[in-house]
Amino acid sequence: MLAVQILVDGFAISALYGLGAVGFTLMFGVSGVLNLSHGATMVVAAVTAWVVAGQHAGSPWLAALAGTGAGVATAFATYFLVVRPIQRSRSVPAAEKEIFVLTGTLLWGIMIQEAVAYFYTDNPKTVQPLIAGVMQIGGVRTPINELLIAVICWTVIGLLWLLVNRTKAGKVLLAASINPRALTILGFELSRVYLLVWTIYGVLAGIAGVLLATFLGASSAQASQLTASAFSIVVLGGLGSVTGSLFAAYVVGYLETLTAYLISPAYRTVPALVLVVLVVYFRPHGLLGRR
Amino acid sequence: MWIALVLLAVLLTLPLWASAYILGVLTVACYFGVFAMSWDLLFGFANEVNFGPTFLIGTGAYTAGLLNAHGVPMWVCLIAGAAGALVGGVVLAVPALRLTGPYFGLTTLVAVLLLQQFIIIFAGTTGGEIGLTMNDILSMDATTNYWYALTFMAVSGAILLTLSRSPVGLILQASGQDRIGAAALGFNVVKHKLAAFCVSAVFSGLAGAMLVFYLGTASVGTVVDVAVGVQVIIAAVLGGRRTIVGAAIGAIFLILAGELLRPLGQLSTFVVSAVALVVILFFVDGLMGLLGRRREES
Repeated sequence: MLAVQILVDGFAISALYGLGAVGFTLMFGVSGVLNLSHGATMVVAAVTAWVVAGQHAGSPWLAALAGTGAGVATAFATYFLVVRPIQRSRSVPAAEKEIFVLTGTLLWGIMIQEAVAYFYTDNPKTVQPLIAGVMQIGGVRTPINELLIAVICWTVIGLLWLLVNRTKAGKVLLAASINPRALTILGFELSRVYLLVWTIYGVLAGIAGVLLATFLGASSAQASQLTASAFSIVVLGGLGSVTGSLFAAYVVGYLETLTAYLISPAYRTVPALVLVVLVVYFRPHGLLGRR
Repeated sequence: MWIALVLLAVLLTLPLWASAYILGVLTVACYFGVFAMSWDLLFGFANEVNFGPTFLIGTGAYTAGLLNAHGVPMWVCLIAGAAGALVGGVVLAVPALRLTGPYFGLTTLVAVLLLQQFIIIFAGTTGGEIGLTMNDILSMDATTNYWYALTFMAVSGAILLTLSRSPVGLILQASGQDRIGAAALGFNVVKHKLAAFCVSAVFSGLAGAMLVFYLGTASVGTVVDVAVGVQVIIAAVLGGRRTIVGAAIGAIFLILAGELLRPLGQLSTFVVSAVALVVILFFVDGLMGLLGRRREES
């Protein structure tokens, strides 16, 4: 019974981690940006959903939509207010642009986190599950919401795969992640590619944030932890590799669940961190990384 | 250079007319200045973005704290703290010398998280999130503490500044900006970067140890938390990268601003981060750049 419980819980949380990590790694793979305000973006989506659901008495689905929209809005704000000005700045030497973008997104993330805490406090916010009720799986009572989360995450990831591999826009994205310069020579506008990737990122982070609110609750205090988790998963899987991130998300998700159930919830994050350290020492480019 | 001397002169005269409260704030600012200067040596020169300066600071602080809890005299603890941080620096340097860019930054971030978890999990020995109470403190008197801190910052600053302007500093800059080129010229890049880590670690650790002896407690929130590390980075970048002096100025500015903005309550962090962001976007060379000083560039 415990085994089934671990299996199911682990699957749901891994799917959630996976969605967040995929957005993060896609952003890095295509535009080279490590968005350290990732956690904050997710929190904004979660809190928006909570606001719409609670204070405006909207249905959970409307709240979810609003949350996702907020995620996209935050992503755009990050791009246009922080990342793009630094990338286009003439006073920052080219070799240091990456570092400045990193620091800039870090600061921006902190600003968002504090703003959310100021207006809505840093108490954890939860949103009603999208579908209420429980279900029996192998003798274990599981909230339907957990299964829904796994289904939604994988559907979104599947849609992303379709987008990248079957549509022209997706193929351009893929090309941009491999060789942006060649893409411009071929006549494609990189700025539109970046716009697309930030939109996709916003949607992914937004959905992940809303789902997090329905599952575990989200608070502005968690923003840096969420970013750090996504970061660790992506390093484990290999920066820039979507498959790697998914795989790593499951490894981390199951490690955490196993630790929480079998040892203690307090030590939940330790095995994953140790694993990240080991990977960085012995295989720095991650399990499936290519850059 | 003259800016540093002017600032030092002002700071030296403070005990004559400033209140104990101001001296207290500036004492912390001085230790923070050393954190920032050590970070700048590593980043500004060796070009290694260390997202976890608090790994080194925390290791130094807790080594000193834990030893002190077992009755070891304060001065020995301070040296042990620096040594502990040195070991931490070497541990951090080993992957760094094999990784570049974002991978290294990640490692440093993970190192801090691991240290934090480690301290929280072994709360029985380390005091966890509540913190460790020190058996000794530097001094009860605000002025004496201030002198300790100021002297420490001035001496550390002088050493770091001299190092940065020495041939060693130039080699570090070269290794940071063009690793292959520097190696081709015959410089041992690995050795120099390792040396940079060690120097940064020793100063950070020692400052961390002194800070906890000043505060009287060592806790995760003051010396290990990622948020503190971020403040160190902001201080250095705000002051001006690659200047060493700028880092100290940035640190003092940041701590003072934090205090001045205290009435704003929660929004103070927001405002400070916003200002730092604006600086990064528009005043890339930081406060030193504003004051007309070009950053060290070869």
